[in-house]
Amino acid sequence: MSPAASPRERRDRVLRVVLPVVVLALGLAIWEAVVRAWHIPPYVLPDPVLVWRTLLADWSLLGQSLLVTLTTTVEGFLLAAAGGVGLAVLFNQSRLIEYSLYPYAVILQVTPVIAIAPLLLVYLQQPTAVLVCAWIVAFFPVLANTTLGLNSVDRNLGDLFALYGASRLKVLWNLKLPSALPYMLAGLRIAGGLSLVGAVAAEIAAGSAGAGSGLAFRITESGYRLNIPRMFAALILLSVTGIVIFYALALVNYLALRRWHESALQGER
Amino acid sequence: MLQSSAPASRSSAMLVALRGVAKTFPNGTQALAGLDFEVRQGEFVSLLGPSGCGKSTALRIVAGLSEPTAGAVEWVERTDKTERRSRIGFVFQEPTLMPWANVRDNVRLPLKLAGARGGEAAARVEAALERVGLVAFAGAYPRELSGGMRMRVSIARALVTEPELLLMDEPFAALDEITRFALNDDLLQMWQALRMTIVFVTHSVFESVYLSSRIAVMSPRPGRIVTELAGDAPYPRGREFRTSAEYAGQCRRASDALGRAVAGGGR
Repeated sequence: MSPAASPRERRDRVLRVVLPVVVLALGLAIWEAVVRAWHIPPYVLPDPVLVWRTLLADWSLLGQSLLVTLTTTVEGFLLAAAGGVGLAVLFNQSRLIEYSLYPYAVILQVTPVIAIAPLLLVYLQQPTAVLVCAWIVAFFPVLANTTLGLNSVDRNLGDLFALYGASRLKVLWNLKLPSALPYMLAGLRIAGGLSLVGAVAAEIAAGSAGAGSGLAFRITESGYRLNIPRMFAALILLSVTGIVIFYALALVNYLALRRWHESALQGER
Repeated sequence: MLQSSAPASRSSAMLVALRGVAKTFPNGTQALAGLDFEVRQGEFVSLLGPSGCGKSTALRIVAGLSEPTAGAVEWVERTDKTERRSRIGFVFQEPTLMPWANVRDNVRLPLKLAGARGGEAAARVEAALERVGLVAFAGAYPRELSGGMRMRVSIARALVTEPELLLMDEPFAALDEITRFALNDDLLQMWQALRMTIVFVTHSVFESVYLSSRIAVMSPRPGRIVTELAGDAPYPRGREFRTSAEYAGQCRRASDALGRAVAGGGR
């Protein structure tokens, strides 16, 4: 936030917050009006007020589930971050390892996780299977982006390091990893959303057989019981979780890059 | 006065020489052929030639960043690569700074890579920043600086190891004239103060005449030295020299030599 923002910039900033809120209010109003006007029963389409009340009434149950899903997502994300960056560095350091393993990383990525999940559930405990799913979906964007970053080092800087006889480790730590940071962070932002997708996909695959009680499990369960308001309430919690993850990672990105990277700069120069 | 093929300072000893150097790139481009070039201790020698004549390649070979396909690089004493490193500074065409590090950390890089200890390194970084007049900007990031200031940081980084030989690859080509003139003067001052040797690659006749104690004119690709001109106007040189008839005359002769080199492939 630059102190010397012009009135136009300030208005722009306000509009960016106000307009989506207006759209949300309009949407909710239309939704409420439609449900009332056509007397739609709550087991077909509950009105927003009922969804909100359900969210509050079932909070002890849903809050518990939120915690379960959130924990899996964060764990999956952290493992994906470590795995993606680790593999990218390994591939960058050794061509043989890259040639040997890269095709399998691609296979893991292109096979739909929803199809892998049931198989994983056969062999693994459900919490582990969910975690593995979250990892499988999330690690690839980190790997791909970090690899791109590690290969995008300024060639003259590379020459400079060579001129001063820098070791491989020093080149990696002082040159390649900092160069790759913006790319890595872009990968992590994608991975954050995807690890939630992976966790949800695995919970749904586990279905009613599942012993866990994540939000996706609540959605499936409420569906069987025709408890549509609770389905909506759980869905809203999932969306909010996704939004929070996205903005948290955007903030990390901004804080890490704001001093030097073009992508994090704002305003006139 | 300027005489063809006369070394500027006959007395000073050789520092490094390229002997019959040729460079052919894997794609078949022949950048250099039969290049003979001696650098003498303490001189300011310019490699002057048209774009794409292999000047930069020659400089990279001196630095050890590129290996010649034929011929040899001869150093005055037999030194291995490791020793040579501490003797060379290199300034690229672009400032080539690490955008994620501030000015101080950029200048400190060569010392850090050499494993220098904190206190002594800090003092040398301060001294290098002082030399280029950027002490006040030590905490700034490269993107916050002007093009001229970035180039000063790049020069400070090259000087922080106190090299014997400073290699410069068209360092001021991208700068505006006012900034370029200021950096020319500062560079000459540093050269005299630090008593180092400078090899300066440029395609600007005016810049090479203003700066150099000797000019080696290169032919178009495959590049080799076709003429040498001595720039024996006394140092320190300044505004007065830049506007003198002597300077204009030397520029004309250098320009003619370059013209002949381009037209005749040097013959």
